[in-house]
Amino acid sequence: MSLIRTEGLTKRFGSVTAVEGLSVDVQPGVTGLVGANGAGKSTLLKILLGLLPATEGTASVLDRDVATDGPAIRELVGYMPEHDCLPPDMTATEFVVHMGRMSGLPTTAARERAADTLRHVGLYEERYRPMGGYSTGMRQRVKLAQALVHDPALVLLDEPTNGLDPAGRDDMLELIRRIGTEFGISAIVTSHLLGELERVCDGIVVIDAGRLLRHSTTASVTAETPVVTIEVDGEQEALLARLREAGLTVRSEGRLVYVDVADVTAHDVVRDTVAGLGLGLLRMERQRHRMTEIFADRTDAGAAHV
Amino acid sequence: MSEPDTSPVSTGAIHDIGYRHYDGPRLGASYIRRSLFVETLRGAYGLGRSARSKIMPFLLLGVMVLPAVVMAIVTGYFRFDALPVRYTEYPILLQVAVTIFLGAQAPAVMSRDLRFRVAPLYFSRPLSRNQYVQAKYAGMAVALFILMGLPTTLLLVGALLAELPLGDQLPDYLRAMGGVAIYAVVLAGVGLVVAAMTPRRGLGVAAVVGVLLVLSGLRAAVGEMAREFGNATFQGYTGLISPFTTVDGVVTGVLGAEPTVGEGPPGALGTVVFVAVAVLLVAGCYAALLGRYRKALS
Repeated sequence: MSLIRTEGLTKRFGSVTAVEGLSVDVQPGVTGLVGANGAGKSTLLKILLGLLPATEGTASVLDRDVATDGPAIRELVGYMPEHDCLPPDMTATEFVVHMGRMSGLPTTAARERAADTLRHVGLYEERYRPMGGYSTGMRQRVKLAQALVHDPALVLLDEPTNGLDPAGRDDMLELIRRIGTEFGISAIVTSHLLGELERVCDGIVVIDAGRLLRHSTTASVTAETPVVTIEVDGEQEALLARLREAGLTVRSEGRLVYVDVADVTAHDVVRDTVAGLGLGLLRMERQRHRMTEIFADRTDAGAAHV
Repeated sequence: MSEPDTSPVSTGAIHDIGYRHYDGPRLGASYIRRSLFVETLRGAYGLGRSARSKIMPFLLLGVMVLPAVVMAIVTGYFRFDALPVRYTEYPILLQVAVTIFLGAQAPAVMSRDLRFRVAPLYFSRPLSRNQYVQAKYAGMAVALFILMGLPTTLLLVGALLAELPLGDQLPDYLRAMGGVAIYAVVLAGVGLVVAAMTPRRGLGVAAVVGVLLVLSGLRAAVGEMAREFGNATFQGYTGLISPFTTVDGVVTGVLGAEPTVGEGPPGALGTVVFVAVAVLLVAGCYAALLGRYRKALS
C-alpha cells in the first residue's frame, strides 16, 4: 500500500503554477518534503487534504482519491498548519478536546485522547492555562497535539520546527521520530532545512518550483561513499606522496586526507603506510553522503547548463 | 490496539503507558456539525470562555429580561387586565439591546476563527464548509432566539401569575415567539455577514451595531417623510429598509399581529414582498458566508 500517490499532479492559480506534473509514490513512514519557500509544499499538502482541487492529474492518500473522497481522507489524516492557529483565550486542554470532537470523537473519548496526546507532546500543568501566554515551543506542541488527537493514520506537518530555538527544534524532531516509530503514525514533514530532516525521515521528496527534483530514501541519500577520511598526527606530505606511489587517489583538505578506497586492499595500504612513516593515526572513517549534496549537485548541474 | 509499556518510571508515580491507539467510534459529519453548533451557542454566551467574555452577553440578557419581569410584577400588583405591552412589540422596544448583543457576539462567533486562523483546522477535518457555516449560523440564531424568547416567555408567565386568562394571552404569545424565531434567523444572518467581513473584533462590533442602527434611523427618517407626503403605501414599504421592521412586517402580515412601528406592509401584495425580502435576505447572507469561507483556507 502506498501512503500517497500522485500522477502528473498540477495546480495553477491563474497564471502562477504552484505544482507542476508531480508524480510521486510515497511509502508509509516519515517522509520529508523539502523545498525552498514557495516551492509548492503547502499547496501540495492542501491538495492532499482535498481542500484545493488539482488543475490536472490525480492524487490519492491512503488509497483514497482526493478529488472524491476528501471527507474520508480528512477523517484519517491530521494536519498541523505552518501558521499560528490557537485562540488565546482557550486553554490547551479545552482546545484539543474541542478539536478532537471536531474530528468525530465522542466527548468522553475526546477528553481522554486530549489528555493523552498533550502528555505525549510534553505539555503538563501549563495545559490548564490560556494559550495566549504560551511560548512558541509550547504553541507548536499544542498544534501538533490537535493534529494527533484523533489518532490519525497520517499526519501532515507543515514546517513544525519553524521559529523554534535549537533545543526546541531537537525536541520537535525527536517527537516526530517517535510519531513514526513508537506511535506507528506515518508523517509528511515539510521543511526548507534538509539537515534536520536527515535525522528523522525514512524518505525525502525534494521539490523545486512545483516540480519533483528527487525522491529517495534517506538511507540511499546518506549511504556510504567509497571514500575514507584520514587524520594523522604529524606531517601529511610524506604520507600523500607514499599513497600516490601506491596507486591510490588522494586529496588533502586542511588536516584531513581523503582516500579513494574502491579497492578493499586500500585500507591495508593506508594502515601500513601510516605505520611505516611512524605517524599517529587519529581518525580513519568511511565518508557518508550528506543530503545537502542533493542541492549542491543541482547547483552544479544548473551551472553546467549555463 | 495498545502497546502497553508498564515499566514504572523511577523518578515518580507517573507511569508511562506508551502511545495508545484509538479504536472507538468516529462519528460522522452530522455529529461534528452538532458539536460545533453547541460550542458556538455556548460561546455566544461566553460559556467555556474566560469570565470576561461572559459579562457582555449576560448583561444584555439581563437588560432584555428585566423590563419583562418588572412589567409582569406591575401587572400582577395593580391587577391590570392586560400587559402594558403586546408580546410582539417587545423585541422592537428593546431592539437596541438586541443590536448590541448581536454586535458584541457575532464577531465572537464568526471572526474569531478568522482572526486566530483556526478555520483551516476545521476545514482539514471531515466537516465541509457548508456544514461549518450551518453550525455557526444556527448557533448565532439560537443565541438570539434565547435572548428574545426568554423575556417574551417571562411576560406570559407574569401574565398568567396575574391571573389573566390564558386564552387571551396565548395567541399573541405564539405569534410573538414565531416572530422571535424570524428575528433570530434574519438578524443572525445580517450580523454574521458583517462580522465575517473583518477579522478585527472591535471593527466587527462597530460595523454590526453601526449597520443596524443606521438602517433603523434611515427607516425612521424615510418613513416620517413618506408620512408627511401622505403616501401610505410608500410609507408601508419603508419598513423594508431595516431588518427589524422587515421582520415586523412579516410578523404583522403573515401572523396577523398589529404593526409595532409604521403601518406594516400595505395589503396582501405588501405581505408577499416583505416575506420575499426576508427570505432573500437570509439566503443572501448564507451565500455570502459560504463565499467568505471559500477563500478562508489559509
